[in-house]
Amino acid sequence: MTQELNLNQESNTKAAQAGQNTQQSAHNPVADETIAIEVEKLNLFYGEKQALFDIDLQIPEKKVTAFIGPSGCGKSTLLRCFNRMNDLVDIARTEGQIRLDNENIYGKGVDVAELRRKVGMVFQKPNPFPKSIYENVAYGLRLQGINKRRVLDEVVEWALKGAALWDEVKDRLHENALGMSGGQQQRLCIARAIAVQPEVLLLDEPASALDPISTLKIEELINELKNDYTIVIVTHNMQQAARVSDYTAFMYMGDMVEFDNTDKIFTNPEKKKTEDYITGRYG
Amino acid sequence: MSKKFFQGGQHWVWLNAGAISISILMVVGLLLLIAYRGLIHFWPADVQTFTFEVDGKQELVLGEIHSHEIDTQDGVDREQYLLKVGNRDMYGIDFRWVDLKNLQSTSTNEEVTVVERHEWGNVYGFVKTVNYDGKVYEGDFDALAKVVERATDLHEQIRDIEKDDIGSINYDIEQLRLEERRLEIEGNLTPEAKADIEQRRQDRKKDFAEFQKQLDELYSQIKRDSAVFELVDGRTISVAANNMVRAFQPNKMNALEKTGHYFSKLGEFIFDEPREANTEGGVFPAIFGTVMMVLLMSVVVTPLGVIAAVYMREYAKQGPLTRTIRIAVNNLAGVPSIVYGVFGLGFFVYFLGGSIDDLFYPEVKPAPMFGTPGLIWASLTLALLTLPVVIVSTEEGLSRIPKSIREGSLALGATKFETLWKTVLPMASPAMMTGLILAVARAAGEVAPLMLVGVVKLAPTLPLDGNAPFLHLERKFMHLGFHIYDVGFQSPNVEAARPLVYATALLLVLIIILLNVAAIKIRNNLREKYKALEQ
Repeated sequence: MTQELNLNQESNTKAAQAGQNTQQSAHNPVADETIAIEVEKLNLFYGEKQALFDIDLQIPEKKVTAFIGPSGCGKSTLLRCFNRMNDLVDIARTEGQIRLDNENIYGKGVDVAELRRKVGMVFQKPNPFPKSIYENVAYGLRLQGINKRRVLDEVVEWALKGAALWDEVKDRLHENALGMSGGQQQRLCIARAIAVQPEVLLLDEPASALDPISTLKIEELINELKNDYTIVIVTHNMQQAARVSDYTAFMYMGDMVEFDNTDKIFTNPEKKKTEDYITGRYG
Repeated sequence: MSKKFFQGGQHWVWLNAGAISISILMVVGLLLLIAYRGLIHFWPADVQTFTFEVDGKQELVLGEIHSHEIDTQDGVDREQYLLKVGNRDMYGIDFRWVDLKNLQSTSTNEEVTVVERHEWGNVYGFVKTVNYDGKVYEGDFDALAKVVERATDLHEQIRDIEKDDIGSINYDIEQLRLEERRLEIEGNLTPEAKADIEQRRQDRKKDFAEFQKQLDELYSQIKRDSAVFELVDGRTISVAANNMVRAFQPNKMNALEKTGHYFSKLGEFIFDEPREANTEGGVFPAIFGTVMMVLLMSVVVTPLGVIAAVYMREYAKQGPLTRTIRIAVNNLAGVPSIVYGVFGLGFFVYFLGGSIDDLFYPEVKPAPMFGTPGLIWASLTLALLTLPVVIVSTEEGLSRIPKSIREGSLALGATKFETLWKTVLPMASPAMMTGLILAVARAAGEVAPLMLVGVVKLAPTLPLDGNAPFLHLERKFMHLGFHIYDVGFQSPNVEAARPLVYATALLLVLIIILLNVAAIKIRNNLREKYKALEQ
């Protein structure tokens, strides 16, 4: 019964989408913000299967933007477009543009390594390298050819402080990072990402593998970090999205359904589908 | 109960346990047998005097019991001893079968003296006279010990001069000849150059004459002493000091002295060169050659295998072609090793080595330098033989590195190569070591291909010596595996050689274990360091 209902709703919304799109551009939630990333008509295909449909999105600078949506809706896929992580999938193919600093990152002659230095990423599961804590943070710097001990020491301390980890690990910087707890490992990954001073930080469900206390720490950290970085976070946890983000995008089946102020999305969403998802009627 | 036994799968557990126990028992038993037969050889056994009576005639035999056998012929048991009687120059052979039926009595005479010689094997007899420093001592073992001590000392000096000094002069003179020949081929042999070479040659020859004088002096010293022994049958035998290796009276020795003697013999076995067609002395050149070859092989096979595996796993498109290549590589491991030997001889030795000679060493002709079996070709052949193992285990290791680690590195702005070099390869290094361990285990025990590409029965020089460039990869070398074959099956003196086969086999097994333990230690360290995989 409900299934049928949903299908009906879906076809209705699809039909009404054109009108709403104009409506949305009339009401631009990020009109007052500086825009960091601009997504225009982004389509992504995994082989024959299309995973993202005509995504248009503007991500504001030095704010936290959350992507929410049910599993398989394409929010992680979209996130991984921002640093071209999807290039690693052989069968993935993208159309459209993503502009960072007014440059299409899918344009010709773009240095992907350079792009990824500007767009840092933290993954769902903590993935520190099997090296010392110090070397984990210094990894990105060493890649850039920075090997001076003094510079590295400085940046490592700065990054670990930035990731609220310094006090816990300052006495064991040269121990293996794998000896840390999961939460510490994830903050180490954040420290590793900010050590190269990116412009954008992509967080792909950064707290989903962590316990509540570690999750809280990460969320506090995100609040701190948004002063310096543009943050895009994918999360399954709607409370988390509500707590940490300034803007929220709701995605469904590869479509960007609604993008607005977080407060507005969670209190007064415009679309029925968004409301259904937020109130837990499906997803 | 039995129903429950079978239903619970207990019989499979017992079957497995039984199979494993049998395997372990067999391996341990084999090792114990080898160790026992090999190690007992160095123990100074008592030398007994046996009195036999054959057809009313008494005969005395002096010797140590080598083995004991019961031979059944026509339903009659004949108990026999194999005695080591030595004195090959008198008796023709060192060993003698005696029938216990004729044995009248056995006795142990404390004065029995055994002298090991450089030639003609041991002397078993009694000291009659000793000629030491121009004086004659009657039946004095202590004087004999002094003679042997000085002979050993002088022998060492002679050896040093012959091997090191004169060896290096010979090497230099040969190098000069080659230099002259090269200049001649290039058409640059000006009278000045020729005069210069001639001058240098004369210098070296002068050095040679000097050493020769020293040698003559030493030889005359060492030949001055001698001893005469009386055999048990009354004949006498005279031994010059330069022919003596060691002298001892086994029946007089207490357990401590025997232990000392034992370890001195064991040391000789490990650290000395072989004597008497490899049936006496040590196997040091063979140990050295084996280890050297395995190390060289490891140095070649590891980078080659790793690069191949990285290409196949990380860069090549995973299609039917890559799959075919992978299957082909796996199958290479099953090719009989002698086939590799033939390939090595044809490709490495004749083609590659011959080409190197043609291009870089035209002066050595007609004698080949690299175009003949040698250490480098043996190492390369074995590297080829063990390549599949390294490739397979490296690939396995690479495929086990979690994707998340690669992504983490790439997300920090690393290129694919940087990710491989800085993160993936270090993490896969334990797997590479596993490959290397398997490769070493296989290579160290391989004999058949080596016979074709570089191993010889007796190599006059080690591949590593004091003459620049120090490492002589083109030289032929000795190998423990081949040594076993040679001593055990090609030796004229089978009975004397047999214990050495066991001892050499034990040594080979120990060296393989040692090499493996070293590699495993390194691998465990690496594992500890990169233990992310267990996450």
